[in-house]
Amino acid sequence: MPAFLSLSQAIEENVPDGASVALEGFTHLIPFAAGHEIIRQRKRGLTLIRMTPDLIYDQMIGMGCARKLIFSWGGNPGVGSLHRLRDAVERGWPEPLELEEHSHAAMAAAWAAGAAGLPCAILRGYLGSDLVGRNPNIRTITCPFTAERLAAVPALRPDVGIVHAQRADTAGNVLVEGIIGVQKEVVLASKRAIVTVEQIVDDLHVPGPNAVVLPSWSISAVVEEPHGAYPSYADGYYGRDNAFYTAWDGIARDRDTFLSWMREHVLDAVLA
Amino acid sequence: MTDTTYSATEMMTIAAARALKNDDVCFVGIGAPSVACNLARLTHAPQITLIYESGTLGTRPDVLPLSIGDPELCHTALCTVSVPEMFAYWLQGGRISVGFLGGAQIDRWANINSTVIGDYMRPKVRLPGAGGAPEIASACGQIFVIMRQGRRSFVPKVDFITSFGHGEGGDHRQRLGIGTRGPTLVATDLCVMRPDALTKELTVTSLHPGISGDQVVEATGWPIRFAEGVEETPPPTPTELDVLRDLQARTARAHGTATEHDAGG
Repeated sequence: MPAFLSLSQAIEENVPDGASVALEGFTHLIPFAAGHEIIRQRKRGLTLIRMTPDLIYDQMIGMGCARKLIFSWGGNPGVGSLHRLRDAVERGWPEPLELEEHSHAAMAAAWAAGAAGLPCAILRGYLGSDLVGRNPNIRTITCPFTAERLAAVPALRPDVGIVHAQRADTAGNVLVEGIIGVQKEVVLASKRAIVTVEQIVDDLHVPGPNAVVLPSWSISAVVEEPHGAYPSYADGYYGRDNAFYTAWDGIARDRDTFLSWMREHVLDAVLA
Repeated sequence: MTDTTYSATEMMTIAAARALKNDDVCFVGIGAPSVACNLARLTHAPQITLIYESGTLGTRPDVLPLSIGDPELCHTALCTVSVPEMFAYWLQGGRISVGFLGGAQIDRWANINSTVIGDYMRPKVRLPGAGGAPEIASACGQIFVIMRQGRRSFVPKVDFITSFGHGEGGDHRQRLGIGTRGPTLVATDLCVMRPDALTKELTVTSLHPGISGDQVVEATGWPIRFAEGVEETPPPTPTELDVLRDLQARTARAHGTATEHDAGG
């Protein structure tokens, strides 16, 4: 049974400085509230893992939480650049950021391998791509049965995985609906898993036998955090705030504008 | 009454959309590819299967998604699978006939760069990176590319090969053990290019109405070749323009933005 904690407790007890941390959610169910709490607690030297860094890692990188980023697509979807990520990579502000860069196919496979307890993932990938020479963690393996050369990447096994979901029941079982991304794999691959949810309910009302349910005993901590995925979305609760994603481009472009936005909306924000 | 004057971007989108067939299963990139793919679905290819990497199979969005995982994609899909399943079973499994990509840079062999401008370790511009593109480029039956044309984007050699096109030309794909066809069409705001059958060098096969060969030469970073008997791209039909404009107007209203038809990603 997971611990039912406040968000600040969950972060304090599970995310030490220097940890490898994954806040996942493929466009959907991105744990923004948890990321903001990590920023408020001034965590430092984190290795951040996420397929699509999105606004939440732009914010965490810009606030100096990260030392390294493992990722596969670092843009503001449909809008353009992540300016804080770019500033860190191009100009080392607020500090240099080491990159370990993959493709989605490889990172998805690495999550699945992590969940399966395997040391590495294999895929028919990176054929002809220059990423191979740039990321020493992309290697090749020969199939012992067919002799086909395949790509291999290390499994992802972060210290802490954090995802958002719609509901947990009072026993700590979690229901995930809609675009499920790698939510299940992250929870299973991480040494400790925190799930923030919109709601804790007596009965999950699991819609069918093939629904995505994370059993209570696979989770370390559950946090009730309504709107915890905003400005991404929680299907069935609220939609994606596309206008904010578009507006972020202007906020994040300039260091001072960014910092004052973060001060007003994150650092000085009083938790409900 | 349709205003039949049209922009270069509209012509590009329409030329790209026309390449898709009703029985295609298409892996859709966000931005310009997504506009073209949905235009095809709403015009001549109503049964086309559109797949987005967020795991949505057979999606029929009423408005264009801003991101690759907007709720609209999930709510209108036949079904939604996990991202590891999407890439392993559906893409790598060889079940997708066309991949539709954009990019920041493309070269004469249709290699695509969406990673960095300049040196990888000290980039002049850090671009978003690979996303699904490298494996889309190798696993889909063929690849269509949509990109606005100019000397900064159509370069002799890309700074970084994110997604392998035809490498250095000829049989380079086969030599790497890639069995799929790779890029077979590049639609720009000026023309349509296809790789030469033998050398695989991108070659202009049709010019959009009112565009001269010189304009294309001027907007290309290498000495671009023209196929024998270059055609004129048929101009947009009133239906194509109506459907495209309706789609974009619905989308702008839904996202609370004035226009958003040409973002990359």
